Amino acid sequence: MSNIEKNDNAHLAEPITGPTRLTGAEILWATLVGEGVTVVFGYPGGAILPVYDALRKFPIHHILVRHEQGASHMADGYSRASGKVGVAIATSGPGATNLVTGIATAMLDSIPMVCITGQVSSKVLGSDAFQEVDITGITLPITKHNFLVNRPEDIAPAVRYAFQIAKSGRPGPVLVDITKDAQQQSALFDFAAAKPRPYAAHPMLSVQHDHLHEAAELIRNAKRPVILAGHGIMQSNAGEQVRSLAERMQIPVGTTLLGLGAFPASHLLNMGMMGMHGESWVNHAIQEADLLIACGMRFDDRVIGTPTTYSPNSKKIHIEVDPAEINKNIKADVALVGDLRQVLEQLLPLLPGRDGSAWLKTIADSKGSAAVLDITNLPDSGHLYAAHVMHDLWRITDGKAIIVTDVGQHQMWEAQYYRHDQPRTLITSGGLGTMGFALPAAIGAKVACPDKEVWVIAGDGGFQMTACELATIVQEKLDINVAIINNGFLGMVRQWQEFFYEKNYESTPLVSPDFVKLADAHGIPGAAVRDRGDLEAAVQSARAHKGPYLLNFLVEKEDSVYPMIPAGAALHEMIRRPGRNPLDEHPEDL
Amino acid sequence: MLHTFVAYVEDKPGVLTRVASLFRRLNINIISLTVGHSERPGISRMTIVANAPDHANAEAGHRIRASLFKLEDVVEVDDIGKAPAVTRELALIKVAATAHTRSHIFELAEVFRARIVDLAPDSLMIEITGVESKIEGLIQVLNETEERVLEVCRSGKMTMRRGAHKSGVLRAMGVGTGEPQPEEPAFEHFADNI
Ligand SMILES: Cc1ncc(C[n+]2csc(CCOP(=O)(O)OP(=O)(O)O)c2C)c(N)n1
Repeated sequence: MSNIEKNDNAHLAEPITGPTRLTGAEILWATLVGEGVTVVFGYPGGAILPVYDALRKFPIHHILVRHEQGASHMADGYSRASGKVGVAIATSGPGATNLVTGIATAMLDSIPMVCITGQVSSKVLGSDAFQEVDITGITLPITKHNFLVNRPEDIAPAVRYAFQIAKSGRPGPVLVDITKDAQQQSALFDFAAAKPRPYAAHPMLSVQHDHLHEAAELIRNAKRPVILAGHGIMQSNAGEQVRSLAERMQIPVGTTLLGLGAFPASHLLNMGMMGMHGESWVNHAIQEADLLIACGMRFDDRVIGTPTTYSPNSKKIHIEVDPAEINKNIKADVALVGDLRQVLEQLLPLLPGRDGSAWLKTIADSKGSAAVLDITNLPDSGHLYAAHVMHDLWRITDGKAIIVTDVGQHQMWEAQYYRHDQPRTLITSGGLGTMGFALPAAIGAKVACPDKEVWVIAGDGGFQMTACELATIVQEKLDINVAIINNGFLGMVRQWQEFFYEKNYESTPLVSPDFVKLADAHGIPGAAVRDRGDLEAAVQSARAHKGPYLLNFLVEKEDSVYPMIPAGAALHEMIRRPGRNPLDEHPEDL
Repeated sequence: MLHTFVAYVEDKPGVLTRVASLFRRLNINIISLTVGHSERPGISRMTIVANAPDHANAEAGHRIRASLFKLEDVVEVDDIGKAPAVTRELALIKVAATAHTRSHIFELAEVFRARIVDLAPDSLMIEITGVESKIEGLIQVLNETEERVLEVCRSGKMTMRRGAHKSGVLRAMGVGTGEPQPEEPAFEHFADNI
């Protein structure tokens, strides 16, 4: 990576082997180097200063963020794009608490991440010292595990253990809080000796043979099966196995939001996204199904609507790495607990093949009209709709860019109109739905994948939550394109107000700065786009420009995401796009 | 519905918080929790009795156990469920009693196989171990006397599975009869898969 090459520390790349006496701060960096870390996202302060002081001796590139929330989202985005563990660093007190939203975001989406925080000296711990905050207490429920380290000799074992915990089983964020005196004092550093005891799989993780046979039997005999493809496919690297299962047994696939890209969008068996804003035919197929095969997904409430009405006539096979997810929301008839890829590798030999044509035809028929009704029934007046932006962006980038979305309507439109064929090309906050995620997460993604085209898609609301990171993009000379879907509202909330609160648009109209001027103030070129006719040229100039570029898309203000299943309703009780159905008038036009 | 878990946890600062925090997060009330050293060095043993709310589905026990396992410091978790087990609780009860009224309290203690462990001019202390109903029985009877119960200190339940008895032995011992039969053999409980 170019940033690493220009790092003047690169000559120190030789890892420290054998026991060496180092300060705690040096031990931290040496351990990170040993864990393969080349870049960290952070922000300095008093309680972490010894660590910053020692950085110059190590071949790690530090990216200075503008707000620690950005550091945690960047580490998260880095991890989502690369599959590696992202690292964020902050000082004690306010630095540490600013990480919290990003840690919770990573926790809810099972993203492996390690956060390092400075802590006041162990001598004053618990005395309400300046910038002391109990960050291990605060993050206890939103980390997989956390550590408070107050001796230099404990740093390497804690950090190595943190990496193991972050990556193993169901991944997640881990925080290591290190007191200032532990950073300053010295101890013997021995990377190999600090190795954690081997990861022991969860004692409840054991796929039983009769369960495998039961599952295979259900799949062989199903008439209307559906595969539910989730984020776990990416995490377990099981794309190929899920594809074999679908192709061999001719089973249609619906994906969750975080599952987009796990199964190629253009694959004939891929129906599309399920859930609250999923395609109607996908939700219909799930409601009609006689067998659901859940692969690395957790039956989140955005996906099931309500448990009592969810897919009432189907048996459920739940393949999942976390035993605590089994029977949490939806009762499984057969639970295969374990790593998805390994489970499927055991299951596939039991599945010779199957004729699924009748069921596939039923789905294709229901798709025919529904697709037109909700997705392409936009008035074609030359006026710009967010859907146009997503669709054209997909077309122009050939579906190959990494798209990092924020949270809101634009996120759902992205999911509906940008077709992801590759895993890790959609980066989005699913479980926590964190506004402000996109811009910093995109920085992490670009740093992880410098050769990939990276686009931020954010609403005018969410963009302003972390817009300060534009300066980070400039400082790091990152080639990231930003598309703001500017509808003058907190769009998704406005939509709920329209549907469920009698259009009482309380506190959702939004006055924003001129985003193009804001970009300009950062030295980032940009343009505003008002008409559909200007869309393609604008996207092309952003792509052609070397370096960051911002496009402010002024889209229809009061458009809504369709279809929509109201929270808590059944999957088939969806709200459809109102208005004329062009298919009735000019079927040949579509 | 009440669930009883036995958990082996690492004996480190903060472990109790992690366990307690899990129940709080799942919105499940802890009825009692006892912690102490176990037979393994560096490992503590907890008996946790929890009350899962009625809306929690029937698999709450399974989910709690799986969630406990997810805590890094938890080494083993056993959901006692309906398996044959010995459960005991210890209580210390201080009762106001003078030289004139003591003998009645002594009699009651005798009936409940409780011991008098302290005697002061105007009070005495009773130690009782047993199952919950026995302890509650004594407290109730004491409350019905003229004397005032001044203090009650209860340990919470401690539970241990019975050994792998042959069913005949079990019957001969008079345990396991009248109780629901275990759903699973007592010794296979760590490897089950839902
Ligand atoms: C940090 C945070 N605060 C509040 C919300 C609730 N929320 C969800 S969507 C939304 C509106 C987003 O508006 P905007 O960023 O303009 O995107 P749009 O929906 O218009 O595409 C809000 C406020 C949230 N998800 N995250």
